[in-house]
Amino acid sequence: MAERPRRWAERPLARLVQVRILEFLREPEAIFWTFLFPVLMTAGLGIAFRSRPESPSKIAVLAAAPAAAETVKRLEGNPLVAAALMDDSAAARALRTGKIALVVVPRTDDNLEYRFDDTRPDGAAARRIVDDALQRRAGRADPILVSETRIQERGSRYIDFVVPGLLGMNLLGSGIWGIGFSVVDARRKRLLKRLVATPMPKAAYLASFIISRLALLVLEAGLLIAFGMLAFGVPMRGSVGTLLLVCLLGSLAFGGLGLLVAARPRTIEGASGLMNLAMVPMWVFSGVFFSSTRFPQVIQPFVQALPLTAVNDALRATMLEGATLAQVTPELAIVAAWMVGTFAIALRIFRWQ
Amino acid sequence: MPFPALSLHGLRKAYGDVIAVDDLDLEVLPGECFGLLGPNGAGKTTTIEICEGLTPPDAGEVLVLGERWGRGSSHLRERLGVSLQETQFSEKLTVTETLELFRSFYRKPRPLEDVLASVQLGEKRNGRVGQLSGGQKQRLALACALVADPELFFLDEPTTGLDPQSRRQLWDLIDGVKRAGRTVVITTHYMEEAERLCDRVAIVDHGKVIALGTPRHLIAALGAQHFIEFSIGEEQPSLTDADLLRLDGALSIRRQEDSYLLESAQAHRTIPALLVLLGARGLQLARLRTHSATLEDVFVHLTGRTLRDG
Repeated sequence: MAERPRRWAERPLARLVQVRILEFLREPEAIFWTFLFPVLMTAGLGIAFRSRPESPSKIAVLAAAPAAAETVKRLEGNPLVAAALMDDSAAARALRTGKIALVVVPRTDDNLEYRFDDTRPDGAAARRIVDDALQRRAGRADPILVSETRIQERGSRYIDFVVPGLLGMNLLGSGIWGIGFSVVDARRKRLLKRLVATPMPKAAYLASFIISRLALLVLEAGLLIAFGMLAFGVPMRGSVGTLLLVCLLGSLAFGGLGLLVAARPRTIEGASGLMNLAMVPMWVFSGVFFSSTRFPQVIQPFVQALPLTAVNDALRATMLEGATLAQVTPELAIVAAWMVGTFAIALRIFRWQ
Repeated sequence: MPFPALSLHGLRKAYGDVIAVDDLDLEVLPGECFGLLGPNGAGKTTTIEICEGLTPPDAGEVLVLGERWGRGSSHLRERLGVSLQETQFSEKLTVTETLELFRSFYRKPRPLEDVLASVQLGEKRNGRVGQLSGGQKQRLALACALVADPELFFLDEPTTGLDPQSRRQLWDLIDGVKRAGRTVVITTHYMEEAERLCDRVAIVDHGKVIALGTPRHLIAALGAQHFIEFSIGEEQPSLTDADLLRLDGALSIRRQEDSYLLESAQAHRTIPALLVLLGARGLQLARLRTHSATLEDVFVHLTGRTLRDG
């Protein structure tokens, strides 16, 4: 048992990191929520909001009206409108429930009434389309000749917007849940106290959570970005290095936040409350599913100071606009400030027993 | 007198209004197995956690292997083996992974194979901790204390909740530690465990030491040494108290439903005399049982309560 220089793999930090990763990999649920769920969510959102040519507006023509059949015939062949005959009550119900956008009531050959909800965009659009079609069939001549060129730009679709947002949200979730629950669980089981009774360096224990998170981050972020690129053609215009740096700093900041929420609670329930307190405002304000600029000007300073807002903005700038490292530096500065602040407080107030 | 392995002086600790440890003094000698005995809530765990450097005392002096706890005491932790009450190790790790983790914390860990063999977990080395029985989990907890090959062990209730066989296995393990010349401080509320394992015990109640000595001395101090419990078959003429108190060595007699409890200073003289008496009266013995006075009897004598009362 002579003292000998120990191999790297036998040192406390390496063992602790190994243990963290093994514990994670042996928890099938954690693997699902960390890796598969974001991909499924991306797939779902990508399909729901896929870009496609507009489908024809569904409208009704009142069957009892004098020129009903003729009106339907006039709209046939127009790709923008699908017209059907309906009686008064059926048409009213269909309009109310959103199944049709417009009801046409032809009173005579040259006298029409449109019934629609002008607060619904599809109602106003249907009114314009149907009116144009009927007026032209009745002989209206448009004095200006128009041609159309249709452009669909990668990077401006909803899926392009939402993939970086989901990535940011995922980094936040795995930082807070991954670290928070493990720490509180170890405290609850008195394992933390047992470890403190050994010569284990405390810093190594905390660092092991961060390092194992970073190791899993590469998988987690890589999988989501690769899926977005391959399945939906989400662009990757900036450098991969900048993107990795944003993910890395983001993960460290969220890891610090995870340590902070886990610094005191003795029960999982207590920790859950703090985790929600930390995460829910960011889910709402930080521009995951819609742009954070939609919030009123007065709360923008708060919104912009949130770490997830900064991470999401930096991820979008890098992926969609090809921003350079210099261009995302302001966001990275905010993230770094959160990282330093949360670690400093967490270490100071951490309860080891 | 050798240098004490552990010395506590005027130790006090209160949690709010509750005084857990109340002016406690103790000395544990090197190589000794020392038991802290007492009901739940007597302050045993608080005392041992102060010794382990996990809880700071409100007042008093703690010397562990001649050193005080303070900043940078990790070299002191190298010399201690600790088993806390109710530690749950990570269920998703194997026995080997858990032990390798603990080995990595020490500068001179014992080889893994030695540790596995000494706690008889070799066959379970690749089993998940979550699959182990209660006794195996406690042996793993002890193994985590053994990896450091420490000079001083603190074992807090190592056998609580175990079945009798697992408890005996753990006793054998602790015997092995004692034979290797290590110092052991153990807390328990099982008197038979303390009698079986400990060279000396301190009986603790309400945060104070109320008795200190070898189990044998503490019991001897009670005066009575043995209890003879017997009953004679039904429908036989009963014996009078006077008959029984005349027996050689008899101290007192108590009747319990259908049996007699005879307290004796010298069982080897009282029992033959009892048998002669029964023979002379033509009475048949239905049951005869003797037990030596135990630490339990000492505790009852000192506090008027049984240990299980808490």
